[in-house]
Amino acid sequence: MKLDGYITSILEGSLLSIQVALGALVVAVVLGLAGASAKLSQHKPLIWLGGIYSTIIRGIPDLVLMLLIFYGGQIGLNVVLEAFGYTDYVEINPFAAGLITIGFIYGAYMTETFRGAILAIPKGQAEAGLAYGMSHSRVFFTIVLPQMVRLALPGFTNNWLVLLKSTALVSILGLPDMTYLAKQAGAAARGEVPNAPLLFMAFAAVIYLVFTTVSLVALRQLEKRYTVGVKRLSA
Amino acid sequence: MQFDVIFTPEALALYWQGFIGTLEILVACLLIGGALSIPLAVLRVSPRAWVRGPIWLFTYIVRGTPLLIQVYLIYYGIAQLDWIQARWDDTWPWTGFKDAFFCAVLAFSLNTCAYTVEMLAGAIRDTAPGEIEAAQAMGYSRLQTLRRIVLPSAMRRTLPAYSNEVIMMLHSTSLASTIPAIFDITGAARNIYSDFFLPFEAFITAGVIYLILTFALVGLFKLAEHHWLAYLRPQR
Repeated sequence: MKLDGYITSILEGSLLSIQVALGALVVAVVLGLAGASAKLSQHKPLIWLGGIYSTIIRGIPDLVLMLLIFYGGQIGLNVVLEAFGYTDYVEINPFAAGLITIGFIYGAYMTETFRGAILAIPKGQAEAGLAYGMSHSRVFFTIVLPQMVRLALPGFTNNWLVLLKSTALVSILGLPDMTYLAKQAGAAARGEVPNAPLLFMAFAAVIYLVFTTVSLVALRQLEKRYTVGVKRLSA
Repeated sequence: MQFDVIFTPEALALYWQGFIGTLEILVACLLIGGALSIPLAVLRVSPRAWVRGPIWLFTYIVRGTPLLIQVYLIYYGIAQLDWIQARWDDTWPWTGFKDAFFCAVLAFSLNTCAYTVEMLAGAIRDTAPGEIEAAQAMGYSRLQTLRRIVLPSAMRRTLPAYSNEVIMMLHSTSLASTIPAIFDITGAARNIYSDFFLPFEAFITAGVIYLILTFALVGLFKLAEHHWLAYLRPQR
């Protein structure tokens, strides 16, 4: 009876984890594309900015960045608002903070993945496009991007799996995600359900395992689709 | 920014204590996880499915779930079992679960072990067939081939990927701060944050320490690769 309630609450938490992961993925892909174009651009300041972003973010643990952005962003926002004469205390939504932080961190990893993929496309193709009078954006969307997807997919799959697992960290900010609820259920059901802490945490682990397995299968299918035209050496 | 609050002897001592804590956890889990991963990687490439199957399952589960959940599973799960607690006062090896540091190092070791097993197994599979044929032609036994040819060569070729794993592990040790009894760099920053309510100063200082550690590790691995992968560089 009681067990059902806990299980349902953890399952509801898993929806929140997925929302954070997918939202963060969108942020990360956008930042990754921006970062890759910055690092590959002709403008020195942009190259530096992209380099600083991808190096510093990848050199600091996710948890430290998350605490910095969550607690620091809170104070920073209020200081800025106060400067504009808005004196009410504004609280940052932990869902938004978690999502944006994870997106911001994995944007740095996506930057490197996308940059490598773009560099792997022979330069002559883009030059041919430009020689035919195509605009830079047209070259990017019709020549570079479709091939970049294929080349970036393995790295993208890796980044997505790490990102998905890092959503467990939002529980430390107090967001009621799957990990948070599993921990709570374990503490609340002690004595009621035998070995509750282990049981509920193992349940959350199994759900994560399902998520990663589904992601792997789906992305492998996608990879097959994108590599249809690629010759393989061995049968 | 009020960094002068951080740069007092008391606060800096706290960071130093955290720095030592982080290094202790990192070194312990790399030694244990690394030592375990070598035999497991050999079993992982076994031609027999019943040998490599369980190892695959272990690495798949560990690599498919968040490390935070693994830490919680061991610290709040296994260490809280009645069965364990009935034994943790006198019966080895269960006495370890009484210690938070042991629980954290166990979780981190298993995690890094799983990732390292897969890397090393991949390198073993990629061993050039000629190297093994040469060993056989010299009359090496299978064990001799493994010990003198396959493992040294595979471990060298794993070095670049392993440097990434070590840096990931350094960053992962920050999760130890979620266990109340453990003190690492992130734990020091969280303490200072709650004492002074200075999130930027507290966490930026921690971030800089991690950044320096990361660069130091990258440098160390560059040196190691220069030494052990010299034979893969273009010949002059």
